[in-house]
Amino acid sequence: MTRELKRVSIVVFAMFLTLLVSTTIIQFFQADALASDARNARTIYASYDTERGPILVDGQPIAVSVPTNDEFKYQRSYPQGPLYSAVTGYYTLGQGSSQIEQAMNDYLSGTSNSQFLDYLNRLVTGQNPQGASVELTIDPVVQQAAYDALGSYQGAVVAIEPSTGRILAMVSKPDYDPNTLAVHDTQQVLDTYDTLLAADGDPLINKTINDLNPPGSTFKIVTTSAALQNAGLDVNHTEPNLARLPLPGSDSTVSNAGGGTCGGGESVSIRTAFVLSCNIPMAELGVEMGEGALGDMAKAFGFGSELSVPMDVSTSVYPRGLDDAQLALSAFGQGSDTATPLQIAMLSAAVANGGKLMTPNLVDEIRAPDLSLLQGFEAKEFGTPLTSITASTLSDLMVEAVDSGAATNARIDGVSVAGKTGTAENGEGDPYTLWFTGFAPADNPRVAVAVVVEDGGGLGQSGSGNELAAPIAKRVLEAVLSK
Amino acid sequence: MTNAVAPAAEPASATPGRGIRRIRVPQKLRNLELFLLLFVCAVNAFAVVLVQFGALGYADMTVFTLGAGLAVLVLGMHVALRFVATNADPFILPIAALMNGIGIAMIYRIDIAEKLTGWESTAVRQVVWSGLAIALALVVIVVIRNHRVLQRYTYLAMLVAALLLLLPMLPVIGQEINGARVWIHVGQFSFQPGEVAKIALAVFFAGYLVSRRDSLSMVGTKFLGMRFPRARDLGPILVLWALSMSIIIFQRDLGTALLYFGLFVVMIYVSTGRASWVVLGVGLFLAGAVIAGQVLVYVNDRFTNWLDALNPAIYDADGGSYQLVQGLFGLANGGLIGTGLGEGRPDITPLAQSDYIIASLGEELGLAGMFAILALYLLFISRGFRISFAGQDDFGRLLGVGLSFTVALQCFIVIGGVTRVIPLTGLTAPFMAAGGSSLVANWIIVALLLRLSDTVRNQPRLVI
Repeated sequence: MTRELKRVSIVVFAMFLTLLVSTTIIQFFQADALASDARNARTIYASYDTERGPILVDGQPIAVSVPTNDEFKYQRSYPQGPLYSAVTGYYTLGQGSSQIEQAMNDYLSGTSNSQFLDYLNRLVTGQNPQGASVELTIDPVVQQAAYDALGSYQGAVVAIEPSTGRILAMVSKPDYDPNTLAVHDTQQVLDTYDTLLAADGDPLINKTINDLNPPGSTFKIVTTSAALQNAGLDVNHTEPNLARLPLPGSDSTVSNAGGGTCGGGESVSIRTAFVLSCNIPMAELGVEMGEGALGDMAKAFGFGSELSVPMDVSTSVYPRGLDDAQLALSAFGQGSDTATPLQIAMLSAAVANGGKLMTPNLVDEIRAPDLSLLQGFEAKEFGTPLTSITASTLSDLMVEAVDSGAATNARIDGVSVAGKTGTAENGEGDPYTLWFTGFAPADNPRVAVAVVVEDGGGLGQSGSGNELAAPIAKRVLEAVLSK
Repeated sequence: MTNAVAPAAEPASATPGRGIRRIRVPQKLRNLELFLLLFVCAVNAFAVVLVQFGALGYADMTVFTLGAGLAVLVLGMHVALRFVATNADPFILPIAALMNGIGIAMIYRIDIAEKLTGWESTAVRQVVWSGLAIALALVVIVVIRNHRVLQRYTYLAMLVAALLLLLPMLPVIGQEINGARVWIHVGQFSFQPGEVAKIALAVFFAGYLVSRRDSLSMVGTKFLGMRFPRARDLGPILVLWALSMSIIIFQRDLGTALLYFGLFVVMIYVSTGRASWVVLGVGLFLAGAVIAGQVLVYVNDRFTNWLDALNPAIYDADGGSYQLVQGLFGLANGGLIGTGLGEGRPDITPLAQSDYIIASLGEELGLAGMFAILALYLLFISRGFRISFAGQDDFGRLLGVGLSFTVALQCFIVIGGVTRVIPLTGLTAPFMAAGGSSLVANWIIVALLLRLSDTVRNQPRLVI
């Protein structure tokens, strides 16, 4: 009987060994994976036990945790909710979070690696854990101007400091009030969330970085840069001045915005084509240069690159493997070209900064609760798409476009403004997407801006970038210049 | 020279006087037990205080109602042992008291989260049940002065077990909770007779196997190198198999079926030494389980939940893996050192006080706490096995291994279910989980093991 008992003892021991292993697997090896499961309510509860750090703009909180009396110790509050909704995003019970609330969550919640010692310290001393504060690069005056200027249009405005890449304004409309999603009633949160999700114009999407539209004529900055720099053409190089360009291998034709030729004459220079924003010469240039020259320039400006500011930016697309017809369309920002407003602002920023493109960034510095600096941000170079000579030429062309070309509604008295409009087609009968991008002052750029007005600004196919988007950009530029 | 030394040492160690002197120290055993019990009571009270600070932020008098009640009872039990079982194992009682106390602290913690107070409080009811259970254990140890008496009632035990198992199937008093018909309901009280039936079954198996072991082990046909029993000796295992399967089918209780069947297989193996019984038993059970999995929807669901728990469709399904996954989230939340008592969110998981108390403890005490709990269980079980190793009479040895093995197997089924080693079934973690029937059954096991260990230690020849 003793022999059998020994064997049964071994079986019992093996059973417990199995349990030791299984608990270790769950509580140690799988713990992180289980904690990050979206269905894990405990992770959410835990996040409410800490005083989540504030999000600051110019030292003033635009998102802050206030103590509550319910089972969650703190509730998130957004003092100027709609104005900053595209920047802060939301922070909900059960529906996740977005924008800075999501991208900077580790710091805000106090769980980032650099805060670990502080976290332990507070745990041991019994203090409430507290998250770090995140100061943004946003300029409240510019943000307010952009918000007011965009008015009730569906669209987005983004402003960048060309020399550093600091994002000065980030507005997306329709907006929403993140306070309505911060309540602690999960059913109410779910209802509000579902309503916003189904609402016209996708208010929950940050259109400055996550909405892709055909860039239209703003893409001519890329085409012209490619012609001058990659193809080695002079700005006075001419193309045949046609009123209609049949697309190679297709029944379709391309026409200029006005319907006629580009200015007068038998031929048209790159300069005139850019200033007057003509499609046909650009299409001709595109086919002449080929996909390589055009695609390389688009890539140098950021098309096809992954970027986070620190929110992840949707990747703007310049397609590859094009036939001549598609190439012609792509050269003036139609076809399969798509871009975010931030990408379009980067075109202007690179030109404004002498050809050197700085990586756009929204976070200025992160400070621990004791105000010690956890992380500062230095300006980083994204790349150098243009030589200073090409940049200077492009700048002149853009100034001319505003002074006497297709972008005259962006003119500001006493300041030379550089700009480029865009009026992009979305498809048969669909409303246009209206663009403006530019910078000012042209000789010493302090701000680069991109404006997109979607859904034709309510005018279907009769609005233009110059008519609707340029005045918005003008007010944003003025807000910076009057500081 | 070396040869001369060795024989000289041998007679000395074999001197009866020395051997007796070594083990005849009942006072020391009981003093050790008292010391451990006082320590355990302090730990239990401390756990309740920690729960209050963690979950409420302050401490009040509840520690006395919850802590002192149990302390008085276990110390009463200790005093009784000084009179009726002076040589009983000094570790069994403190371990049971500690697990019972930690269980009450955790149940109280969930009460706080669910805002249950007074007689609504599960913790208060658990203390009352503990009182009843320990009182019954006292009665057992006082009344049964010699465990061999139980052997006389072998077939009575079988009858009792059968009746207890049938009770929930009766109309009026039988009750179905969470799909399993394993409860009886009289007035305010719910009781799971199946928990107590396992003791009656262990007694029956021990008695039956002691008298039949020869015919079960000696006779049979050899096949594939193993001696398989004759058809007529197969009777008991087939009856047990049929019983288990009927529990699965009619009471929808996989865990209990597995527990009974496992108990029987181990006891028949220990008594006969024939591996063929194990092969037959495990084979039969697996075949039954597979067929049940094909035919019975709820068994099939358990398997699906186990294998593919994190699949969103299964997680959201009615009767799906929600509870299992929430338990995993809880354990993961605990991590290595746990959130601390009162600091976690164990109440999110359904049945956090009863079936899922292990996950609740794992969340707040961490992997470290889980290891400690598993070590406590293992220690408890090993004390039971020691009785079987050292025992003199086969009935006592078989009963000892049977009772300890039920505790071991029940732990494995519960904790293994929670940690996804096996499909989840509705059993309770011995001593800890909220539930009167489980407490009563396990405290009676404590009393029987104490009685057995006392008998073993009273035999002067062996040192254990």
